[in-house]
Order: sequence, then C-alpha cells, then structure tokens
Amino acid sequence: MANLMPTASARLDVATRRFDLGAESLRALNLFLHRQAVTEGVSQVHVDNPAGAHSIACGLHAPLDVEIHGHVGYYVAGMNQEATVTVHGNAGPGAAENMMSGRVHIHGFASTAAGASAHGGLLVIDGDASLRCGISLKGGDIVVGGNVGSFSAFMAQAGRIVICGDAGDALGDSLYEAVIYVRGKVRSLGADARFEPMTDFDRESLGKLLGEAGFSHDPAEFRRIASAKSLYHWHADADQEY
Amino acid sequence: MCGIVGLLVKKPQLREQLGSLMVPMLTGMTERGPDSAGLAVYSAPVGERQHKLSLYRGAHAVDWSELLGALVAALSGDHDIHVNGNHAILTTTAEPADVVAHLAVQSPLIAVLSIGRSIDLYKDVGAPAEIAERYGFGSLRGSHLVGHTRMATESAVTPAHAHPFTAGRDFCLVHNGSLSNPHLVRKKLEPLGIEFETDNDTEAACRFFEWRLREGDDLPTAVQRGFSELDGFFTFLMGTDRELLIVRDAFACKPAVVAESDDYVAIASEFRSLAHLPDIAHASLFEPKPEEIYSWRI
Repeated sequence: MANLMPTASARLDVATRRFDLGAESLRALNLFLHRQAVTEGVSQVHVDNPAGAHSIACGLHAPLDVEIHGHVGYYVAGMNQEATVTVHGNAGPGAAENMMSGRVHIHGFASTAAGASAHGGLLVIDGDASLRCGISLKGGDIVVGGNVGSFSAFMAQAGRIVICGDAGDALGDSLYEAVIYVRGKVRSLGADARFEPMTDFDRESLGKLLGEAGFSHDPAEFRRIASAKSLYHWHADADQEY
Repeated sequence: MCGIVGLLVKKPQLREQLGSLMVPMLTGMTERGPDSAGLAVYSAPVGERQHKLSLYRGAHAVDWSELLGALVAALSGDHDIHVNGNHAILTTTAEPADVVAHLAVQSPLIAVLSIGRSIDLYKDVGAPAEIAERYGFGSLRGSHLVGHTRMATESAVTPAHAHPFTAGRDFCLVHNGSLSNPHLVRKKLEPLGIEFETDNDTEAACRFFEWRLREGDDLPTAVQRGFSELDGFFTFLMGTDRELLIVRDAFACKPAVVAESDDYVAIASEFRSLAHLPDIAHASLFEPKPEEIYSWRI
C-alpha cells in the first residue's frame, strides 16, 4: 500500500500560512482564520506587521496556532475559543476579552481590561497589565508576570487571577467567587476583598497554573485574596456604607 | 472619542522632518477622530520684540493683504503675514493685545487661534488627511508639536470647537475624553476676567491651566492642581514653547502610548499611529500611568 502520508516538509507547507498585514488586509486575515484555515488544513498562522491593528484573530473557534509578530491594538483574540494566540509584542485594550477557551499569550505589556469578562481559557501576560485587568472575569485564568493597574478583578465572578508583581488600588472590589493570588505589594484592596490563608490546595493548583503559564515562582510567595461575601446580601442597617 | 498625537524631536537636525514624521501619526488617528483635526507646532521663537498670531478666516472672504494694510495703518511697528490657505501667521512687533483688539473691530470674521513667539496653530473641520494636505503639514518644521483628531461628543463640530485649544502665550492643550464640570470651572474663571470663546469642555481645562501658569505655577504644578478641580475623563496633551506634557485621569479611561528613543518622544492614543516611526522597534514603549505627569523639554 502506498504511503499516503505527506512528508514532514510538505505537511509544514500545507499546515502553515503567513500573513503580512502591511500587504494584506485585516479582514482577509480574520476571514481566513474563521473560515478557510480549517477547511484548507492550516493549523498554524503567522502574522507579520500587525502595526497596532485592532481585532486581530478575534472570534476564533478552532484549535489554530496564531503567532503575531509585533504590537497589536484593541481586542486581540477577543472571544477566543480553542485557539492559541501568541503576541510577540504589546497589546492594546481588551486583549482576550470574553475569551471562552484556548490560550492567549502576550509577551509584552497589555493595556486596560485585559481578559475582561473571560469565561474560560488561559491568558498569560509576561509584562504589566494596565487598569481593570480581569474585570468581570467569569471563569478561566489570567496570569500576569508583572504588575496590574487599579480596579483589577473588579466584580470577578469565577476563575483565577495570578499577579506575579504588584497591584494598584481597589484590587478585587466586589469580588464574587473568583480568587486572586498576588506575589507583590497591593496598594489597596477593594470593597469586600480580603486576604485569606493559602491552603495546600491553593499552593498545589497555583504551582500547576504558574507552570502552565511558563513561570517558576514558588507558590509560597503568593497571598490569596477572595471575597469576604459581606456584599452578597443587602443589609438595611449598612446605610450604603461599605 | 478622539485621537491625540505629540512629537518632540531631540536632535536639531530632525527639526526639518517634524512635519513629515507627524503626518502618518495624525492620519493614523482618523478612525478615532474623523470630523476635525488640528495641530500646534513649535519652532524657534521670533525676534525678541516680535510675536506671532495664528489667524483663521474659514470660508469667509477676507483679503489677507487688505487685513495687513489696515493693520499697518492702525498700529505702528513691523507687521508681516504668511498666508497658508484660510490660515495665516501674522508676525508683529505690536503688542498682541492691541492686534487682537484691532482685528476684533476691523476684521471680526477672523479668529485668532494662537498668540506667542514659538507657536503656529492650524485647525479645521474635515478628515485629518485632508487637513494635513490642505495646510501642508508634511513640510512643517520645528522642535515639537501637539496634534488632535476629533470625534465630537459634547459640543458642535466647528473649527472653533476643534483642538488644540490655546490660552495666553505659547500654550496649547488637546483632550481625549470629556469633562463633567466645565461649567463650574468656567464660573470660577470668568469672574477673574478670563473670557471663553466656546462652550467646549476642553476650553475650560485649557483656560484653567493657563490661569495657573500666569499665577506662577509651573506646568506640572498646575496639572497637579487640576486633579482636584477638573472632574471627568481625560488624556491631556499640552505644549509650551519649551515643553510637551501628557497626563491621564485616575481611571485611565482614555488610551495613550509613548515611544521614546534617542531621536524623539512620540505620543499617540494608540500604537498604530507610532508604528511607522523610524527605528520604532528599538524605542522604549510605555503607557502613561493614571495621574502621573510626564513631561519632556526641548
């Protein structure tokens, strides 16, 4: 029987595609990622010259591997499902916002609202994340190698946010069930957020998550922040003083 | 939504290229501000006894040579005018206040956009690329500039409402955001004899800071004071004859990115306006932190 499997080099030719956003349109790239990549058997896509464009690799819903070589603008990999999107540069506001699954890795810094409202998947930011990182997180994990700005994890409902550096003001304000692990200083906690003791379970799961994100910090260096749940029920006597 | 751009070149030989480096920055912010655009460019000051005024006639049929003739007849001193479409730069040895008073009577259709010794100011309604083309922004020279593309959210789309706003001498400000208490600021300043030209929120900020400068604050001190006086969202970019300054509100609602290299400091609302700059790959990039004041001097 003839060997019908393509050779390694032929498989590489078929499986990868390179887009130059200096010459090809963003719409052509996203159309390819949404529709043609899977039918043409392409599993890895490289993007050159992103030049800060918005919405690169948004709304993917297949296990593609997208490598972006340069800085990107708003909403990179927003609503991601299943895909692995890597940015070799910085990201603008709303990176991986509303991600459902998959993995998004920003090698530089990320602007405001990184991972906002994400339901699942893993967002890794090697550098700093600006304000409102993980705001309204609904699941999934965010690991930030550097610092995060103020109001991060505001109203986060589920999932984990790991901060290897410092946090700004009002960290974890009005948290629901999401858990924050922070290694550095916290300028201030938000309403109803509190430090809690790290359990064996925290250390073990955090160590695993740090490893997945490519960091080798000792989980023992982190503190746990979760909701004190005093806002879960309305208290008539509180007189709106929280 | 609006776009802001700022550029300061660190090496004198790059002053020739200030305009050509900036035009792609400004047009890169078209989606953030498609309805109007403008910029203030700072170059070497005019002679010690001179001032320059940026004048705007819009669509009005004002004859610039007649305007100059009337000025020469009315005010002693040397006066010269350089026309650029519906804008003109008037250089004069007369006291600027006298020139402004003269124009208010003799040429009431003329708007005085800026007064100083280093600043030239252009602004108009239209797409940023059209405006850049209209006034030949690509050939502008100077040490630094402050530019803006506007998407109006709180007041009319007119040349007067376009940015930059100016007040006093050689001071300008552009704004991305919206202030919630411009009328209170105005109420505070008007009794001090400070006059407003528009109902625009940004003008209130501009006149507040310039008032503080006249009261003796340096620009960072004036901005620090602004944190307790100005309520709302802002990324402000300001220019003086010696300085470029950027500051964002406590919530950093409006974006900004700075790229700094040995050759330049370039500021824009988004990286896409910086992507074309020479050797950008090796520039140091950062986002200004909320309520931190960043300034660079020429």
